[in-house]
Amino acid sequence: MITIDDLTVSFGAVQALRSVSFVAETAKITAVLGANGAGKTTLLRTISGLKEPRSGTIRMDERNLVHRRTEDIARLGIGHVPEGRGVIGEFTVEENLRLGAMMAKVNLQQGLSEQYEQFPVLGERRRQHAAKLSGGERQMLAMARALIAKPSVLLLDEPSLGLAPLVTAQLMHTIQSLCDTSDLTVILVEQNASSALRIAHHAVVLHVGKVVANDAASVVAADENLRQYYLGLVE
Amino acid sequence: MDPFLTSRIVTDVLGGLTNGVIYGMVALSLVLIWRSTGVLNFAQGAMPMFATYVGFALLSYHFGYWPCVVACIIAGLLIGGLTERLLVRRLYGKPEINPIVVMVGFLIVLEAVAAAIWSSFPRSLPSPFSSIDWQLAGKPIALSPFTVYEIATGLLVMTAVAVLFRFTKLGLQLRASAVAPEVSRLLGVRVGRLLTLGWMLSTVVGVITTVLVSSNFFTGLTPQVMDGIFAFGFIAAAIGGLESPVGAIIAGILLGIANQFVTDFVNQNAVIIIALALLIVSLMIRPSGVFTKRTERRV
Ligand SMILES: Nc1ncnc2c1ncn2[C@@H]1O[C@H](COP(=O)(O)OP(=O)(O)OP(=O)(O)O)[C@@H](O)[C@H]1O
Ligand SMILES: [Mg+2]
Repeated sequence: MITIDDLTVSFGAVQALRSVSFVAETAKITAVLGANGAGKTTLLRTISGLKEPRSGTIRMDERNLVHRRTEDIARLGIGHVPEGRGVIGEFTVEENLRLGAMMAKVNLQQGLSEQYEQFPVLGERRRQHAAKLSGGERQMLAMARALIAKPSVLLLDEPSLGLAPLVTAQLMHTIQSLCDTSDLTVILVEQNASSALRIAHHAVVLHVGKVVANDAASVVAADENLRQYYLGLVE
Repeated sequence: MDPFLTSRIVTDVLGGLTNGVIYGMVALSLVLIWRSTGVLNFAQGAMPMFATYVGFALLSYHFGYWPCVVACIIAGLLIGGLTERLLVRRLYGKPEINPIVVMVGFLIVLEAVAAAIWSSFPRSLPSPFSSIDWQLAGKPIALSPFTVYEIATGLLVMTAVAVLFRFTKLGLQLRASAVAPEVSRLLGVRVGRLLTLGWMLSTVVGVITTVLVSSNFFTGLTPQVMDGIFAFGFIAAAIGGLESPVGAIIAGILLGIANQFVTDFVNQNAVIIIALALLIVSLMIRPSGVFTKRTERRV
């Protein structure tokens, strides 16, 4: 469980997050939605310690994460698939995965075969440089690299970006089944609100750094105002 | 072929190989630092020189050669680590010229301080290996127990570094920290520590090189002992492509051999001119270095 309380983050004079509070429950998918510049990426980067907040707290279960180093936060079991995916292009697929497994107390061979089972295309290309993968394959690699460490929390920053609708649907299905079969807490940042709302349990809508909705996904999905003004979902 | 010419060529190749291994090691240590921290370390000769003096001071040669070498290596670990923590850490992410200026300044300071404390008079660090060339059919060949020790140590160190980088967990983390520090941290890699470790490692490669050079009966240890060697190592690293450890090693060895031929067949003074010409030509053909693969750098 991730509890965010009164979180304010700024870049100089620009306040990217203003007094944001919400809870991401264990074994649930919490969608964080909002337009460009709403502060979604900043939120995930602050949770991971890449950005210091101006004030407020972020807790994982009972532990405060603020002021910890990024690498220590990762070692607490928070997997972060960054915006733009962050696969290392000059590493092979398998080297990327080995790097992901490095900190976890998991058996490397077993972890690799689990991920290759989940994402067969990665197994076929294990010796290929990640730079040569397609966008969708890279997204799978980024996911697999986070999952191989068996995180208890997964932060996903626009996983559907640049993917074909069918691939997006598959990806969402994968995220959903992970959440169902383990105690994984997922914070899913998406601009693509409709596909995220379909699998999320809970949704938080940000608008220029402020929380404008924080409710069950079904409630957010049914709210005409939100749909129209903040999520760009007009029939 | 004329047997005299043949033996001359063999002699040049063997003699050049010895120097080439030394240049290759300097080039390799430059590449290590460049790849892991993006700093072109102009003090890559001076830091190990200083560490070798410190090692000497800690444990005088009276204890024998090998304990002294170990003391030098320990001093190298310390100096490499401290330099990264106290000096270089402030330079990351700054325009490339800043580290260059700072490291050139550091080089000058280290040489001056070494001269002030230990004087510029050469100290000998004689190795247990004889420098007298072996003879083949009554004629000396350019190979002695000492040069064999030099070449073997050089090849061993270079292989060890290559294996470390290619095949170990630590190497994977070092490479990842270099190309994608932020992503590495998100995966739990302690990037800060690894950068320090990278400097420690490359300084130790430098110390081993310096010890080999100053163990040479004819050279000894002076504050400037690495200056000329650094210049050739630098040229080799540039020819090999700063990105490529194997390229740096091969370029270093070839440069050593080429130098020997130029010395023998042209003139000792032509060496640096030819080396620079080689550098310019290779940079014109392949600006990123002759041995680098052309791959996308980052995703
Ligand atoms: N490094 C930075 N320096 C200055 N301002 C920044 C920086 N990163 C983000 N911002 C500002 O913070 C605000 C929120 O940005 P953020 O990247 O979190 O938005 P986002 O919701 O992820 O947008 P998108 O959907 O386009 O990815 C924006 O106004 C942005 O300009
Ligand atoms: Mg974003």
